[in-house]
Amino acid sequence: MLMRWFHQLGSPPYFQSLARRLSPWLAVPAVLLTAWGFYAGLVHAPPDYQQGDAFRIIYVHVPAAWLSLFVYTAMAVAGAVALVWRMKVAEAFVIAAAPIGASFTFLALVTGSIWGKPMWGTWWVWDARLTSELILLFLYLGVMALESAIEEPRSAARAASLLAIVGVVNVPIIHYSVEWWNTLHQGPTVTRFDAPAIEWSMLLPLLVSALGFTLLFAWLVLVRMRVILLRREAGSRWVREWLQNP
Amino acid sequence: MSGFLAMLRRDLLLLARQRGEAVHHVLFFLLLVALFPLGTRPAPDLLLSLAPALMWMAALLAALLSLDRLFRPDLDDGTLEQLLLSREPLALLVLAKVAAYWLGGGLIFVLVSPLVALLLGVPAQAIPVIMLSLLLGTPVLGLIGAIGVALTLGLQRAGVLLSLLVFPLYVPVLIFGAGAMQAAIEGLPAAGPLYMLGGLLLLAISLAPLAAAAALRISLE
Amino acid sequence: MSDWWSMGGYAAYVWSSFGIAAVVLVWNMVWPYVQLRQLRRRLRQEEKQV
Repeated sequence: MLMRWFHQLGSPPYFQSLARRLSPWLAVPAVLLTAWGFYAGLVHAPPDYQQGDAFRIIYVHVPAAWLSLFVYTAMAVAGAVALVWRMKVAEAFVIAAAPIGASFTFLALVTGSIWGKPMWGTWWVWDARLTSELILLFLYLGVMALESAIEEPRSAARAASLLAIVGVVNVPIIHYSVEWWNTLHQGPTVTRFDAPAIEWSMLLPLLVSALGFTLLFAWLVLVRMRVILLRREAGSRWVREWLQNP
Repeated sequence: MSGFLAMLRRDLLLLARQRGEAVHHVLFFLLLVALFPLGTRPAPDLLLSLAPALMWMAALLAALLSLDRLFRPDLDDGTLEQLLLSREPLALLVLAKVAAYWLGGGLIFVLVSPLVALLLGVPAQAIPVIMLSLLLGTPVLGLIGAIGVALTLGLQRAGVLLSLLVFPLYVPVLIFGAGAMQAAIEGLPAAGPLYMLGGLLLLAISLAPLAAAAALRISLE
Repeated sequence: MSDWWSMGGYAAYVWSSFGIAAVVLVWNMVWPYVQLRQLRRRLRQEEKQV
């Protein structure tokens, strides 16, 4: 039963109509939750006793970092599905997810850097988390660059899928090696990005933001997938039918 | 197994006919290390502190620059397509090709490294660890690089793209390799990072040929 | 109120972070729909030419 739905999902026209119907159900909660998370983080959460109000950057930085890892993993899983079952829709997921994941990674890096300036006086700190995020950004850019460099769309998607899988295997290894490197060369300051958010009024906006970001990703990846599939199947009947209906 | 050995033997024969290749690697390593102090002050303590990074960057760059000869000559003369059709498992053939590639490249690095270490003022007792780390690490560079080359094989000029794809994957080798060298230079035990390098090598030998073989099929379909 | 704006002196950092977040997120929300619309327009034109 589930397998039948899974195979149905692999058909681009079925996916298109499903994605279209789902979009508002994802978009509205996504925007509302993210907005509330930001608002609560800026207004309701009490200032940190060590970092004052600067810690509020956590409400952007941490959800972005979580999503950057989550999206890469999802991308790799979809890549595996795309390669094993030769599924066009899964291929579209890989290509659609990459720029969104890269955006989250970029956001995590920039906010991490901005946060670092008042805390440690420099715009960049070679700590384990930021360095790993930087390498993750390169992994994303690699997937995007490879996909755009290969002309034939399906080969491009399959190559990108394989690269995503290779990348995801490497992410824990890279992360561990960077942590190991960092403990060797630990400077006088220790990363305190993991501010122990014990207080519920501090933690709740963080979780809400993270959920909002996740729903945002779900919504946006579906929209991008629609664009990709429509473009690819441009001559086909279902696309022409889509053109007729506004 | 016979396919593996046949492939290995063939590639080594081809390599032997181009003896220049090995010399290029030696010269590249020496040149890079010789040029580097010219860009800064040749203070012994500075060079020593940078020695691990320098040697590994040389290894990474040399690996990247020579990766092309892994598959492209065979692609150009049609042999690669034949390999895809052969009954031998493609992953095994890839492993053989990478082994031959390494014997003509990474191994050279290992053998030249004592000389380079001398130029950089590295203490003699650190040299065995330096050689061992390169011995364990350079094959990994070749194995991971093979995946990158296989993915970009269909492209005309994939040089910079290849670097973008492969460099992030090289990071663990760089960290543990340089870490081992650094520990040895300071007289500390280097067993930890060396074990990690060994682990990476085992992982790469078992998984990378499979990924590279899949990538070859994708690029050539 | 102005106390809150100044974020304990960290205003530049906090607001630039949230500002960049807003830009990145809004861009991601808008761009795919722009692409959809452009695609629709282009395909309609191609249909007419056939």
